[in-house]
Order: sequence, then C-alpha cells, then structure tokens
Amino acid sequence: MKPSGRPTVYGLMAEFETAHALVEAARRAHDEGYRKMDAYSPVPIEELHDALHMHDNRLPKLVLAGGIIGGLGGYSLQYYVAAIAYPLNVGGRPLHSWPMFIPVTFETTILVAALTTVLGMLALNGLPQPFHPVFNVPRFALASRNRFFLCIESRDPKFNVDDTRRFLESLGAREVTVVED
Amino acid sequence: MTQIPRVPPPVIAPGHTFGSVTDKISAIVLTRKTSLGWWLGFGIAFALFNVLMVSIVYLLAVGTGIWGINIPVGWGFAIINFVWWIGIGHAGTLISAILLLFKQTWRTSINRFAEAMTLFAVASAAIFPILHTGRPWLAIYWLFPYPNTMDVWPQFRSPLIWDVFAVSTYATVSLLFWFVGLIPDLATLRDRSESKVGRVIYGALAMGWRGSAIHWHRYETAYLLLAGLATPLVVSVHTIVSFDFAVSVVPGWHATIFPPYFVAGAIYSGFAMVLTLAIPIRKIYGLQDFITERHLNNMAKILLVTGLIVAYGYMIEAFMAWYSANTYETYMMRNRMTGPYGGFYWALIVCNGLTPQLLWIKKIRTNTLLLFLISLIVNVGMWLERFVIVVTSLHRDFLPSSWGRYAPTVWDWGLYVGTIGLFLSLLFLFLRFLPMISIFEMRTLVPDNAPDARLKSSPTGVAQSPTAIAPETAR
Repeated sequence: MKPSGRPTVYGLMAEFETAHALVEAARRAHDEGYRKMDAYSPVPIEELHDALHMHDNRLPKLVLAGGIIGGLGGYSLQYYVAAIAYPLNVGGRPLHSWPMFIPVTFETTILVAALTTVLGMLALNGLPQPFHPVFNVPRFALASRNRFFLCIESRDPKFNVDDTRRFLESLGAREVTVVED
Repeated sequence: MTQIPRVPPPVIAPGHTFGSVTDKISAIVLTRKTSLGWWLGFGIAFALFNVLMVSIVYLLAVGTGIWGINIPVGWGFAIINFVWWIGIGHAGTLISAILLLFKQTWRTSINRFAEAMTLFAVASAAIFPILHTGRPWLAIYWLFPYPNTMDVWPQFRSPLIWDVFAVSTYATVSLLFWFVGLIPDLATLRDRSESKVGRVIYGALAMGWRGSAIHWHRYETAYLLLAGLATPLVVSVHTIVSFDFAVSVVPGWHATIFPPYFVAGAIYSGFAMVLTLAIPIRKIYGLQDFITERHLNNMAKILLVTGLIVAYGYMIEAFMAWYSANTYETYMMRNRMTGPYGGFYWALIVCNGLTPQLLWIKKIRTNTLLLFLISLIVNVGMWLERFVIVVTSLHRDFLPSSWGRYAPTVWDWGLYVGTIGLFLSLLFLFLRFLPMISIFEMRTLVPDNAPDARLKSSPTGVAQSPTAIAPETAR
C-alpha cells in the first residue's frame, strides 16, 4: 500500500487447473511480448522456465568455487597445523605427510560445496523473504496444493490492467485476480 | 518358472490426484487427532530418553570407570554403538541421494523419513565418541582445530580426527539435504494450516517459498547437486569409520577389505532399520497407497544384495586369517569362532549371513510380518558384528600376558538403550509435526501411474511433459 492508502497494483494473476494450461499460457504470454512475469506451481515443471525464457546457470559455478575453496582450505589448514604450528617429529617422518591429509581434504570439499549449494540456492532465490505481494491473493494458497498460477507484473511495459486481463482470460484462465502490492 | 512382469507395480496406488496426495499427507500433521498410540509410543521413547539423561549425568559425575571398558578392551560399547548408529544412518542418504541419481522414482515415498532417520541416528551416534573422550568439555580442543591459548592442535594423521570431520560433515550435509527437501512441503503446511501458531512456525521455516518457476529451476539444480555431493560423502563416511580400525595394526582390524565391507554393512543395517520403521508406520498411518508392496520388495532386494556383500566380507576375513599364515591373525579368527565370545560370532553369522537368504523367496519379500522380523534380526546381527569386531580383536591380541575380558555394565546398557530412546523420541516428534512423506515429490508421481510416462521422468521425478500431468477435477 502506498502512504495515500490506495493499494497499488502489483500485477494480474491468472489461475489454471493443469500444468499443461500454465505452460501454454506462459508461452503465449511471452510470444505476446510480456516479459516481467512469473509462474507458480505446486510441482517443478521442466518446460515452465523454458516457456518463460528464464535461465540461471550460476549455481553450479558457485558450487564448484565452493568445493575448490573447501578443498584448498582444508588442505592448507592441515599443512599449517602439521608442518608449521605444531610440528611433531615422529621417527624423522616428513611433516608434510600429504597422503594422510586426503580424507579431511575430501570432507571439507564436500562440506563447503554443500553449504554453497543450499545458501547459494536460497540467496539467488531471494529467500528467506518474509513477504511477497502474490500472497495477497487468497486463492494463491492453492499454489502449494494443486493449482497453477501465472502472474504478469505491472512493471512490465506492456502491462495494462484491462488489456492484460482480457488477454489472460483469453488463455482459458479459471479466474483472473488483481494482485495488490 | 514364473513370468517376469514387464511393468513393475505402481509406486503409488491409482486414483490419486495432486489434491488427494497433498491432503492425505498433510492431514497426518495438521488435522488428524494425535492418537493414543502416538502418546503411548512417545511416552515409552521419552522414558528411555530419560534413561539416557541419567546415564550421561552419572557418567559425567563419576567418569568412564562406570563402564565395562578397561585395558585391553578400551573401546567397548562406546565404539560398538557409535558404529552401529552411524551405519544405520547410511540408508537415508543412500535412498535420498544415490537412488535419486539412478532415477529410482520409488524412493520418493520413503526418502523423507529415511533422511530423518539418518539425522536422528547420527545424533545418537555422535553421543558415544564424545562421551568416550572422558572429559567432553575438553574434547573441543582435542577434536577441532582452532587457535587456542595453549597452542595445541589436533593430530591430522590420525583416523580418529578424520572421523570427526567425516561425521560432522555428514551430519551437516544430511541436515541440509533434509531441510531443502522440506521447504516446498513446509510451504504447503503453511498454506493449509488452520491454526495461527502453525502458520507462523511453518511459514517461518518455509522462508517465503512460493513455487515460482525460476525458484523451482534453481531448486532442482541445487537438489541434484546436493545428491551428487552426498553420494561420495556417504561412501566416505563409513570408509573413514572403518579406517579407525583398519589403520591400526590390531589382528582382525588391519585389513584392506574393511572399507567396502563396512560400507556394505552400513547400507545393510540402514535398510533393515528403514524396513523396521516403515512397516509399522505404513500400517498405523494407513499409507499403503504410498509405501506399496513394491517399496518393501525393492528394499528387501537391497537387503539381500548388501547382506551377500557382508557375508562375503566374513568369508574373506576367515580366508585371509588362514592365507596370511600370520600367527596372530590365525589365532584371532580361531578365538573369534571358538573363544569366550564364540557364541556372539555364530549368532552374527546366523543373523547376517543366513537369515537374509530367506529373501530370495518372493513370498517372504512380500510378507510384511516376516520382512519385519527379518529386519529386526538384521539389526541385531549388525550390532553383534560390531561387538565381535571390537571385542574379540582387543581382548586377546599379541601377548597372552595382556589378555583380558570385557563385559558391559548396567551403565553401558543404560546409555545404549537411552540412545534408542533419543532416536525414537525424535522420530515420534518428526512423525507428528512434519510430513513424513515428501508431498511435492509424491505429486510428481501422480502422472507416473501411466506405465508409458514412467520413463519420461527427470532425476527428481519431474514429469517432463506437461501433458503427462493428470488434469484435476475442479474443486
């Protein structure tokens, strides 16, 4: 809500009954020229982000970097401890006994990579997010059960409440609702 | 010869829709009345948990002298139970990660509680070595490398320190995997909860998940990556646990067979525990639609395969004792079979070597009562295996003058029974407050009812063709 008290429009949300209808609608909305939109579904749908032309391949790269940092960090830690900070001479054996450092190096690689995977996924998704306008639509609770939603946002240059509503209705939406900000 | 069916039986009973799957699983948490049986089960588990508390307090007050351990058997119950619990945990990760990578969609209905089982088993396991250090409040600087004022650091050439890193990494990654899998289901519970407290708690845990297409896209990537990371991890954990034994020079421990034999044993005991838990749970909560006979049959087959690997391990141990022509190894094996603990060895052979052979018979694999009994026998057998490995090798090693005997005390038993209480208490709380079956992954199985659609699944069981998703009747 704006300070004036009048709710602003975040976008228009169309509800669909099947995943197929949602993917088809997303595809047609993209063809129509809409860009600022998002689709919501109770299950991951392989084609949906393709239909919306949304791609993000940053996560695997982040995880690779995390794994490398974890591996190097783990090995360096052991080298520092065993050879520099606390050298123990056991029968003249080398301080830098690298084969003995492999198990811990492996574990720290996995640990940092896994932490990067989860924290990276949450960060890229912008989660945790205490509030989002789509939750203003009462029926949106079904997005985590069995309904499929497409929301065209008002910041899209082509957005116009009446035209966009007509367009969404033409896609066979069960219901089109205004999403208040 | 019986005819082999081409299409395996369904992993979810026919007739389910997105809505019915969601409602059925979330109702257990949200609307179903907490049954008397739950209170009874939780009450017993919580009483046992209090045995754990008492055992720990008395141990901290008096010291490890209250246990049966002494020289030469300094490991005793603490290590036996640690290895037993850690092994049980392995099935959860195997089901959630390895079966995911192998595109086994049947894993979907059992992975959530198997992962929970992993977490609780690892928690139970971790108690033992920490208490076994004798003064756990000092164990922080013994176990973890941090710059302390004494300028003392852990010894990274010791398998015991590797174990610290392996187990703590394993606990962390299992928790992450479990929690990531829960996020979409927590959102479902948030949206469906009738109570304000429920909405706030589930809402906070769901972190604002809204099922956006791009979020799902990254989520799927993250889930696959986690599975890829957890797979080598789970193999490494019990390998490193076996190094605790194999890197030493004690007869019966110093063997190259130990890592694979331990990993197979871990999966074996873990699947036994999954069956021990799944069979009563599906009956009590009426989940036969989701945990079908196919699941039990498949798990029984894995039990049989890993049981054969474990039996092979026993044979190789005996063979190497003879083939090495090493006096101490040969004596260790003879002592193991005919010495004071010989009865334990033969009991373990019966439990782990012979009993699972019954699973060759399909009638037994699909008989839930027999399967339940076999899983209990295997749990006991795997505990006996660890007892035999730890005790028979230590109590008579090289010098007859330093031989001794080991017997657990009531406090050993108290701590052991207490961790079973901890494990079961956590499990009962989990069954009550969180969805024990992954709701969103079960939704993806709905279209898989059609036999042709089964092959079209992507790694997490996502239907690749939207047309394969069954349309729903309007509410």
